Amino acid sequence: MLNDTDKQLLKIIADMDAIPTGAYNIRANGALENRNTTANIDIRTKEDKPGIDIIIRPGTKNETVHIPVIIDKTGLSDTVYNDFIIGENADVTIMAGCGIHNCGSEESRHDGIHTFFVGKNAKVKYIERHYGEGDGTGERVMNPTTIVNIADGGYMEMETTQIKGIDSTKRTTTASLSDGATLVIKEKIMTHGTQTAETDFTVDLNGAESGANVISRSVAKDNSYQCFKSNINGNNKCSGHTECDAIIMDDAKVSAIPEICANHIDASLIHEAAIGKIAGEQLTKLMTLGLDEKQAEEEIINGFLK
Amino acid sequence: MLELKNISFTAETENGEKEILNDISLKFDDRFIAITGPNGGGKSTLAKIIAGIYTPSSGKIFLDGEDITGLSITDRARKGISFAFQQPVRFKGITVKDLISLASGKEISVGEACEYLSRVGLCARDYIDREVNSSLSGGELKRIEIATVLARGTKISVFDEPEAGIDLWSFNSLIKVFERMNASVGGSIIIISHQERILNIADKVVVIAAGKLKAYGKKQDILPELLSTDTTCGVLADSLEGKTC
Repeated sequence: MLNDTDKQLLKIIADMDAIPTGAYNIRANGALENRNTTANIDIRTKEDKPGIDIIIRPGTKNETVHIPVIIDKTGLSDTVYNDFIIGENADVTIMAGCGIHNCGSEESRHDGIHTFFVGKNAKVKYIERHYGEGDGTGERVMNPTTIVNIADGGYMEMETTQIKGIDSTKRTTTASLSDGATLVIKEKIMTHGTQTAETDFTVDLNGAESGANVISRSVAKDNSYQCFKSNINGNNKCSGHTECDAIIMDDAKVSAIPEICANHIDASLIHEAAIGKIAGEQLTKLMTLGLDEKQAEEEIINGFLK
Repeated sequence: MLELKNISFTAETENGEKEILNDISLKFDDRFIAITGPNGGGKSTLAKIIAGIYTPSSGKIFLDGEDITGLSITDRARKGISFAFQQPVRFKGITVKDLISLASGKEISVGEACEYLSRVGLCARDYIDREVNSSLSGGELKRIEIATVLARGTKISVFDEPEAGIDLWSFNSLIKVFERMNASVGGSIIIISHQERILNIADKVVVIAAGKLKAYGKKQDILPELLSTDTTCGVLADSLEGKTC
């Protein structure tokens, strides 16, 4: 049974006030807590390694799958391999996310390896939220790996958010796109204290008329460290755009390493990266509206990461 | 009522100190007061001193008899001073609705946003979810900036060259905005402007040139003199006559 801490974590990472309707798989402390499948969406436990296969039938429309993971045991290290097979012409939303509550002194850790097979002309929105809490000295660690394969005409939008409480994260995403496929990645990260966050995106635009847009917005506070890497390879007639925009505060450090490689004459690629502190005139404007400096700072950060 | 007593301001420059304002004393004792004068004369600096963005080198500022010289930007805003920037600030991620909500001090409805935005000539439906970022044109930002001041509804509203960057069609609407504010305001509207049509709807006109108060009085007393001479304010006279400013 889920306790109150678990329920709170589920609300934060998956907007779940209650058990959702539709397909879901709730994993708690390294074991299956609850599962539901529908006529169009099957969820099966892997037999060779920990994890699940989520199989979405071709043509499935407007269904949502929830697959949250929660950990409230200190010292637990949980690795899962989840595969998503999204049938042709499907149009679905997948809500993943991991919440760790660590009150103990040992490291709690979740490494999720998610592999997507997006079928021809299928459309998928993938939302992933990472969150940590607890007053123990044990670290909260998450190292998600996402592997994306998009078939002809497929579309995937990935929203990945880490707002609070993860001490260390190394996030790796690789993608391979076929003809006419599109990938949009929106990453939002805030680090504080002595946290570290590294993200690494590699996108291979292999198909003609394929396109990718990788956008990262981040805020680094206190003594935290962030490193953003992205590499878009244009291997055909394609368009790619990568953008890293970071606000740096206090004694934090941020690196942005965007790379674009054009291996085809008709590849059109753009990268942008900007790191800077909050502009003084932004604070001044909000202060003329009656906010104090701290409130103004919060509004600017909240808007930036919205 | 807002009152300035012996305000001077000296700025640090590469070539040493430069006096921007010299011993300005003014009582904003009417509903609609326009401040005019040549570029570089110190008008914007004066507006920023009123808002608390700059601290005067000497002199005092009083609001309804209370000395507010030492108060921060935030404290002055909370006491009822609003300021519309000449060059509005952009924010990534903050929407027009967010900004107007912050200005009005509460979460506003679409209907309320519509009220403020339509007054500055914008269709709320097209704008409330737009980010206040570089996707907006200079004129659009300017109108949103004015809408934030309308949403605050404070007793002192300072506008720093609201007409700059606004096209002719919008300018007509802008005049209506200020006329409507003038009719409903419980305090004072202070507008820095070079535009005769704005000066014409003011009750009083202040002329500042070379950091000094050159003239202050009823519009009907100040304007004819301004138009007839180019010694006080040549740039202004040019702009009033329709020449390039």
